[in-house]
Amino acid sequence: MSMVFEIIGGALLLIGSIFLFLGGLGIFRMPDVYNRLQAGTKATTLGGMSLILGVGFLMVETNWAWLVKAAIIVIFIAFSNPISSHALARAMYKRKRYPIITSKDENMDAYREAYENEKKEEDA
Amino acid sequence: MIYLILIFFLLILMIGAAIYAVVQKDLLYAVIATGVISLVLTVLFYILQAPDVALTEAAIGVALTTIIFLITIRNTLRHEDEYNKKDKLKSPAK
Amino acid sequence: MIYIIYISFSFMIVGLLLAAIRFIKGPTAGDRTVALDTLTTILVAGLVLLGYVFGRYIYLDVALVYGVLGFIGVIVIARYLEGAL
Repeated sequence: MSMVFEIIGGALLLIGSIFLFLGGLGIFRMPDVYNRLQAGTKATTLGGMSLILGVGFLMVETNWAWLVKAAIIVIFIAFSNPISSHALARAMYKRKRYPIITSKDENMDAYREAYENEKKEEDA
Repeated sequence: MIYLILIFFLLILMIGAAIYAVVQKDLLYAVIATGVISLVLTVLFYILQAPDVALTEAAIGVALTTIIFLITIRNTLRHEDEYNKKDKLKSPAK
Repeated sequence: MIYIIYISFSFMIVGLLLAAIRFIKGPTAGDRTVALDTLTTILVAGLVLLGYVFGRYIYLDVALVYGVLGFIGVIVIARYLEGAL
C-alpha cells in the first residue's frame, strides 16, 4: 500500500514542478501583461496545488495530518491566486494598457465597450 | 548540492532585489522589490530551521510593510525626478 | 525517491530564475507585480517541499500562513495602480 502512495506522490511532484517551470517560462516569454498574467498565474496555481498534494500523499503513511494540512493549503491557494490576478488585470485595464489584439473580429475585446459606456455614465 | 544551489540563488536574489530597491528612481518598483526581499528572507529563515521567525517575517513583511509604504507613497509622486522638477518650479528663487 | 526531489528543486530553481529576470526587465509596474505573484506561488510550493525534506509536520504552518497572506500585497499594489487606494 505504501508503494501506491509513493508512486502517486512522486508523479504529482514531477507534474507540479514541471508546471511551476512552465509558469516561469511563460512569464519570461509572453509579449504583454495579460499573457504574462495568464501564464504566470494559471500554470503556477496548478503546479503549486499538484506539488503540495504530492507532498501530502508522500507523507500520508507516517502521519495522515500532512494530507489534511496540504489540502487546506491547496484550498487557500485556489482561492487567493485568482483573486490577486483578477485585481491586477482590472487595474492594468483601468490604466489604459489594452491587450494586444491581432484578430479582425470586432467583438474580441467586449469589455472595452462596456467599460467606456460605464465611464460615460459616470461622467454624465 | 541542490540545496546549496538553492540557498546561493536565494541569497543572490535577495541582495539583487535590495540593490534594486535602493538604486531605483520609481518608488512603486522599490516597494515591489521590498516585497521580494521579505519573501526570500522568509524562505531563508525557514531553511535555517527557524519557523517562528519565518512566520513573523511573513506576516509583517507581506501585509504590514507593503500597505504602510503604499499609503505613504500615495501622498507623493511616483518618480523622484518629477518631484525634483515640481519642487524647482514651486521655488524658482533659489 | 531522492532523485525526484532533486529534479523538482531543479525545475523550481529554473522557474524562479526566469521570473526574477522578468522582475528586473519588466517594462511596466504590472509586469513586476506579476513576477512577484509568480515568485510567491513558486516559493510557497518550495516551502512545502522543504518541509517534506526536513520531515517536520509543524513546518507546514509557515506555508499555510504565506498562502493565506501572500495575495494581500498584490491586491494592495493593484488598488494603488487603479488609483483607488
